[in-house]
Amino acid sequence: MSALLFLAVAALTIASALVVILHKSPVYSALGLVGTLALIAMLFLGLDAQIVGFLQIIVYAGAIVVLFLFVIMLLNLQEEPEAFAPSALVAFGLAGGIGLAAIVAIGLARAPLPTGPLRDRFGTTELLAERLFTTYLLPFELTSILLLVAIIGAVVLGKKKLP
Amino acid sequence: MGVEIAIAAGKVVFLLLVLVLQVVAMGVFFERKVSAVIQDRVGANRASIFGFAGLGVVNTLIADPVKFLLKEDIVPAGVDRRLHFWAPIMGLIPALVAFAVIPFGDVVEIAGRTIELQVAKLDVGVLFVLAMASLGVYGVVLGGWASNSRWSLLGGIRGSAQMISYEIAMGLALVSVVLTYGNLDLQEMVRQQGALVWGWLPAWGIFYQPIGMIVLLVAGIAESKRIPFDLPESESELVSGYFTEYSGAKHLMFMMADFVEIVLIAALVTTFFLGGWQVPGLGRTGFDFPGGTHVALPSIAIALLQITAFGVKLVVMTLFQIIVRWTLPRFRYDQLMALGWKGLLPLALANVMLTAAFVLWLGGAGA
Repeated sequence: MSALLFLAVAALTIASALVVILHKSPVYSALGLVGTLALIAMLFLGLDAQIVGFLQIIVYAGAIVVLFLFVIMLLNLQEEPEAFAPSALVAFGLAGGIGLAAIVAIGLARAPLPTGPLRDRFGTTELLAERLFTTYLLPFELTSILLLVAIIGAVVLGKKKLP
Repeated sequence: MGVEIAIAAGKVVFLLLVLVLQVVAMGVFFERKVSAVIQDRVGANRASIFGFAGLGVVNTLIADPVKFLLKEDIVPAGVDRRLHFWAPIMGLIPALVAFAVIPFGDVVEIAGRTIELQVAKLDVGVLFVLAMASLGVYGVVLGGWASNSRWSLLGGIRGSAQMISYEIAMGLALVSVVLTYGNLDLQEMVRQQGALVWGWLPAWGIFYQPIGMIVLLVAGIAESKRIPFDLPESESELVSGYFTEYSGAKHLMFMMADFVEIVLIAALVTTFFLGGWQVPGLGRTGFDFPGGTHVALPSIAIALLQITAFGVKLVVMTLFQIIVRWTLPRFRYDQLMALGWKGLLPLALANVMLTAAFVLWLGGAGA
């Protein structure tokens, strides 16, 4: 991905992320989230990580945000009189964001990311699956158990009889 | 570089304008005439151009879009104008883009160049199709929400729940397909279907994955939101659901998105289960008849034969979906959800397990 394209996509990503938190209408916020996720997927594509990029679109843009919209429309949320921004929360968020950026910067300064040509088969489905089911088998299976617990929790909550 | 861009553009134009949109037009034709035959009436035959009634319906096909495009575009009061404008576009674009990974032929050699007859050769073609299919829901949801109408809103809500539910079954059907071919690239899948089993049976997906085909077809028809799954529009309860407040060209775009989705489902079923562009016996150099007779054909003739085969299969599957649409009554909403979650989902899951067991038993992917 050329640097110019990266900069354009990155700027758009930040812009649509700002829409998520600054827009008064919940539907537009959700749409901003779709835009952000789709643009991040584009960044993944630029990094030769095709499978991650498309999974991002399928799972987040195609399913999770649709559920957000479903809930927004079901509850018929109206436009807020002003953007959600209590000053204490804004200060807290800003501090957290700057802190995170600082940690990432320090980490990168200490251990720079390796550069050089991509390894053979980088980003292919085969390599990803191979790694998932060999090197990272335990975390992978633990994640699936976590998801299973969440599903069972949702079923239990959904089945609960109201008094 | 310039030549490559020209070739890519040529492929896009050919695929969309020559193949897909023609089949869409044929779908509208079938919609008019097949419904007439099923309901024992004559069907559209009134529109005439300069006194020439033609086949009746052919002129209707011209008159219909002209009527839509020339109509006043009414934007009701109180709508969210921006989203009201963009919703039909967001419904149509993903369905058209999804065709990028559908192969419509093998390779053709022109002037020393070998051109792959597929717009985008993606290693993760199946995921691309799923991603685009899952984005199609935004047109419905936003159209319903932006219209500032109860009927539209209810239609949009129904549409989002329905499409998410059936996407899961669709995804699982595709998982079993991927297990069978051991590949995510649609072109490779079609190439694998070129072999012959026992010397006479084409190795098409329908023989390996009959359950997968049924699940994909049912979920696909549900995704295209037409009867018997047209709860998002259901005109007897919701006027016309999510596009009640649309008129003119925007209404036309919603209708077109429906038909493009029908053709997309037909293309997917063709690619995964009916051998895509494969003609049994037709290889890279010509026909191989059973018994060892070989008839050599030029590359361009082979490509044309393959594209024709793909088109014919596309039309047949489109026709099938239209016959289904005019045969079955609409489901109730609880029946729709029950079919999706209690019928298709367990069936697709069982099919994935069965396929995985078979693949393991036969040793390695690729049946």
